[in-house]
Amino acid sequence: MTGYALRRLGGGLLVLFLLTVAVYALFYVAPGDPAKLACGPRCNPGQIQQVRERLELDAPVLTQYLHFLQGLVAGRDFSSGTAVLHCDAPCLGLSYQNSSPVTELLADRLPVTASLALGSMVLWLLLGVGTGLLSALRRGGTTERVLTGLTLAGTATPVFITGLLLLMVFCAYLQWLPFPSYVPLSEDPEQWAWNLLLPWTALALLESAKYARLTRSSTLETLAEDHIRTFRAYGVRERSVVTRHALRGALPPVIALTALDLGTMFGGAMLTEELFGLPGIGQLLVHSVRVVDLPVVVGVVLGTGAAVIVANVVADVLHALADRRVALT
Amino acid sequence: MTSEEPAGTTGAAPDLLKPDLLKPDLLKPGRSVPGRPQPDPLVEVRDLSVAFPGGAGAFPADGGGAGGGDAGGEGPAAVQAVDRLSFSLAAGRALGIVGESGSGKSTVAAALLDLHRGTGAQVSGTVRVAGTDVRAADERELRRLRGGRAAMVFQDPLSSLDPYYAIGDQIAEVYRVHRPDVSRRAARARAVEVLERVGIADAPRRARSRPHEFSGGMRQRALLAMALACEPRLLIADEPTTALDVTVQAQILDLLHGLRAETGMGLLLVTHDLGVVAGSVDEVLVMRGGRAVEHGPVGEVLLAPRAPYTKELLAAVPRVDAQPDGRALRGTRAGRDGDGSGDGVLLEAVGLRREFGGRRHRTTAVDEVSLTVREGETVGLVGESGSGKTTLGRMLVRLLDPTAGTLRYRGRDIGTLGDRQLRPFRSELQMVFQDPVSSLNPRRSIGESVADPLRAAGDRDDARVLRRVCELLERVGLDPAWYHRYPHEFSGGQRQRVGIARALAPGPRLLVCDEPVSALDVTTQAQVVGLLGELQRELGLALVFIAHDLAVVRAVSDRVAVMRGGRIVEEGSTEEVYERPRHPYTKGLLAAVPVLDPEVSAGRRALRAVA
Repeated sequence: MTGYALRRLGGGLLVLFLLTVAVYALFYVAPGDPAKLACGPRCNPGQIQQVRERLELDAPVLTQYLHFLQGLVAGRDFSSGTAVLHCDAPCLGLSYQNSSPVTELLADRLPVTASLALGSMVLWLLLGVGTGLLSALRRGGTTERVLTGLTLAGTATPVFITGLLLLMVFCAYLQWLPFPSYVPLSEDPEQWAWNLLLPWTALALLESAKYARLTRSSTLETLAEDHIRTFRAYGVRERSVVTRHALRGALPPVIALTALDLGTMFGGAMLTEELFGLPGIGQLLVHSVRVVDLPVVVGVVLGTGAAVIVANVVADVLHALADRRVALT
Repeated sequence: MTSEEPAGTTGAAPDLLKPDLLKPDLLKPGRSVPGRPQPDPLVEVRDLSVAFPGGAGAFPADGGGAGGGDAGGEGPAAVQAVDRLSFSLAAGRALGIVGESGSGKSTVAAALLDLHRGTGAQVSGTVRVAGTDVRAADERELRRLRGGRAAMVFQDPLSSLDPYYAIGDQIAEVYRVHRPDVSRRAARARAVEVLERVGIADAPRRARSRPHEFSGGMRQRALLAMALACEPRLLIADEPTTALDVTVQAQILDLLHGLRAETGMGLLLVTHDLGVVAGSVDEVLVMRGGRAVEHGPVGEVLLAPRAPYTKELLAAVPRVDAQPDGRALRGTRAGRDGDGSGDGVLLEAVGLRREFGGRRHRTTAVDEVSLTVREGETVGLVGESGSGKTTLGRMLVRLLDPTAGTLRYRGRDIGTLGDRQLRPFRSELQMVFQDPVSSLNPRRSIGESVADPLRAAGDRDDARVLRRVCELLERVGLDPAWYHRYPHEFSGGQRQRVGIARALAPGPRLLVCDEPVSALDVTTQAQVVGLLGELQRELGLALVFIAHDLAVVRAVSDRVAVMRGGRIVEEGSTEEVYERPRHPYTKGLLAAVPVLDPEVSAGRRALRAVA
């Protein structure tokens, strides 16, 4: 089992390495002179040249890439002419905007995005898997119809519409909730949850229909299997048959999809973060793209890639734990 | 879960725990038939009818899954699976229900536990099992019956167990359903106890294994253990040995026999195999089209059948202990010799070897096998599952590449040819596959499927292809007008005919048939074997006939090779191998084949018990 997990992780690292290559190429296919961008709009050619030298932009591409890799693994130093800025081990470079290390920027934003992603995951799993189960077992019931309709509508509606509606109804009109602003979990867990409730709901609605469909079809598939018949023929009550046997068999694809979605979401739910004014990674990315802050963009892309890979390895291991036949292959 | 049990169930528990059901020594040897007076028969079925609306087919376990009947393209009308059937079974007795697929036998078995409830099937008539009026019983009463008083064992032991849970836990779960006051620990102990009883070695450890870690025979033992856990008075076994090899089948049937002798439970054995019934039951009920054709003591039904259908069925059973009759594939060599094509060797394999898996988990499926196939002859390849016969068959037509060894076709080494050089040989070496359901593309009409190899061989003339396909369909006994029909509209036998037509399309010299009839009923089996024989005579084909069924192989082969563990342990003329087997493995295989005479069967069981 451990060997299996390590193999998967090794594969993940390889993918991540390939991603750095691809992403680093971004620097060179992106329009505009990085030095000019880093220096700012009011620089004269001399200053731009200075910046270029400081950022080693005139060195051969391979050297630059190797330095970038070195920064990732061991950290590196940047000289700003007057002072030397040290950038610690997983160094993704310095932001063109304010010369702070990209890693630090990401680390600042991570708790926000993580809160948003994990919280909404709980909600979308509850809503999606619940709806899916219900529609597999009680087709045509009122509750099932309402829930299916709700999830479908949630998925069909863009998140900025759902979000705005939620804001209007619960914050402006009913005034049950504050207009969201991020409160760190460590500061005040209650306020953290209240403030995030609407963003969570908006995202969960967006995702849930997918999960409802998946759960429904895989539950129906499992219910048609022979071993379900065995337990029914042995007098096991229907509820246990469904929860212990059918759902267990239906979960692996749900776990796999969750990992993918969660990984992606760690790269920031841009629209949701923008809409609810949450200072997460998505917002950082949107802002950096607008001002062409390349190191930050690269950092976010790499971070997202890493999150997707890690989430998938975790999902694979969970799947292997749930289904012992998997690790054998 | 226990805390959530409705009060009713707990309240009803005392009834469930009647003294004689609680006796811990119930499974111990030497216990006589329950002493309680039994005024009612254990099973009483009166005027049972089951219909499936919309031609949805019979109970899923039913035979080869050929659906309703032999006719292609049925309408949406209801299928009458069981038609006013009545029978009864006294406590402690054993009844065998036999019939071909679609006869409704599995539907009857399912009706005894009312497994049709909630499936949309229309059931009428009365069913009483162990004192419960099954059809009138409410959910709770029915659950108490299921597994508690009457337990069921299913055909496919792999898919009948939950792949996600340890086998012991699954048995313990069922046990606790019927004994809610038993602790988890005690239920586990009980699971180990019954696993031990059914002959699982090292049961305390193996109870923690999951189904995929068990072999087919062990899984069937585990299912039997689950059935035994609650000491039922009736065991319903639906094709319990159909998925197993003959030697394992004999072991399971012996085990069933022993368990019955010990516990005195009644047995209802559903099977298509008349040989299985012979040694295991007291009475036989022969079903056809949902009705009882014949019902009587096993000796009478099998040895002196009265109903014409029973006679037909018995006649179609290939005998391992008898000379083959006229429908055999052999005898064709004589005819071919007449047309002067000589004693030519068509295909020759020398030291053929095939390994699977990576460096660390390497298994040798076929190990240094040499085999010769001459023109126009039939070589039978027998062996149990895992013996490597399919791997060998696939290598013979180069569907699989040999790891080592040489393969010569008409003197030319084709074992190492690349895809492109192999192409001219492809049409001469063809294969008929075991499962006629999954070996046909469900989304292509049968005509297109048959046309595929013609097009693959480079024929671009649509009119000619169409003509050839229609000829082929007609040749294998199908109506050419069915060209545009899809596989699901056909019965198992018809689908296998399509498979044969497809293999014949490119004009092969050698046909490797991998278990071509093992998914078919005996009467259909006889027809398909007959067809293969005709084709062989007409076209001078050489056949390699792979099967686990020793009787079928005897009936069709000129020569027989017996495989075990990737090697050929014995090879010779059919006569020699079956009449004077030299290898102990061949002897064991032959001894395990069920025979139709109940007395002979009992005698063999006694011999096996001694051995």
